[in-house]
Amino acid sequence: MTDALAAPVLTAASWRDYLALLKPRVMSLVVFTAFTGLICARTAVNPILAGVAILCIAVGAGGSAALNMGFDADIDALMRRTRRRPVPAGRIQASDAVALGVILSLFSVALMGLAINLLAAGLLAFTIVFYAIVYTLWLKRRTPQNIVIGGLAGALPPLIGWAAASGTVTLNACLLVAIIFFWTPPHFWALSLYTRGDYAAAGVPMMPVVRGAASTRRQILLYSLVLIPLCLAAASTGLGGPIYLAAAAGGGTVFLVLAVRLARSQAGDAIAQPGGLYQVRDASRPARNLFAFSILYLFSLFAALLIEALARMAPLGRI
Amino acid sequence: MSDPNTEDAVFARARRGRNLLIALSLAAFVIIVFVVTIAKLMANGAANHTL
Repeated sequence: MTDALAAPVLTAASWRDYLALLKPRVMSLVVFTAFTGLICARTAVNPILAGVAILCIAVGAGGSAALNMGFDADIDALMRRTRRRPVPAGRIQASDAVALGVILSLFSVALMGLAINLLAAGLLAFTIVFYAIVYTLWLKRRTPQNIVIGGLAGALPPLIGWAAASGTVTLNACLLVAIIFFWTPPHFWALSLYTRGDYAAAGVPMMPVVRGAASTRRQILLYSLVLIPLCLAAASTGLGGPIYLAAAAGGGTVFLVLAVRLARSQAGDAIAQPGGLYQVRDASRPARNLFAFSILYLFSLFAALLIEALARMAPLGRI
Repeated sequence: MSDPNTEDAVFARARRGRNLLIALSLAAFVIIVFVVTIAKLMANGAANHTL
């Protein structure tokens, strides 16, 4: 037996480091959108099984995040935003992160299949594989369309929640997916406009790095022009009511104004100086404004849907 | 130079924390399977009762 095998690797990694591997902030957004999808299905659901379904989605999201951190350790170490993560910082080995990701992914899909239904389990498995393999290992390092196509993984949780509740996939469920799918490019490209130096240093072909800032700003506006009508459409299909319509119209107007301002700005033309990642230059402020508002906009849309669906279901005692 | 005794204590504390997390995860898994089983049995019982 070799010494390496005889002596286990000593590590000071705490449970907080393992929790960080699961990207808890991303997980909370996934849980929120999945729960909205589950409630919007308007199907009588056993509260215990609904809780288990959400737990499976949360654990699946955590598993895919751990796989992402294990596979991306090399480029995470090169970016200021990510180099303090447990794997690039050396507190957890990449192989341990991948092992944890595989275990959590298998557990979440198996429990979803056994306790809820096979459609939801299949969608969850597809989402994990799409994020960890198709996006992380393939798209992210090869094409500036990485977050456009890869954004599908982040858009699917409400569909999984819907399928968990109803056992079916409907047009309204797909509309929820489409909203997040078209929201993702303006959201991430706005962020990458003022962190492009980081992506360039790591060799990640984000849109501003490959096509330039001006092209990225134009594409953000184009995606915003598709996103806002799509959000409004959900109010005409029975998915959203008056509260949702107000949020979609009011928030959509602000979103478009910010996207137009960004398109007319010089945001991203100059790369941030070393050490100044979050000291955004004045020229890049429109990008930061759109990035921050995009989070608020998506949250308000899904919160409105959730409130209206709960209000409709409460008198019926369906949850 | 770091104190090996202090370093050992840090590693031991980290290992205890990880072991506790694994123990809690396993306990949670058992509880989840039990609760799901009961929920499924109750759902099946209610369906049979209406038949």
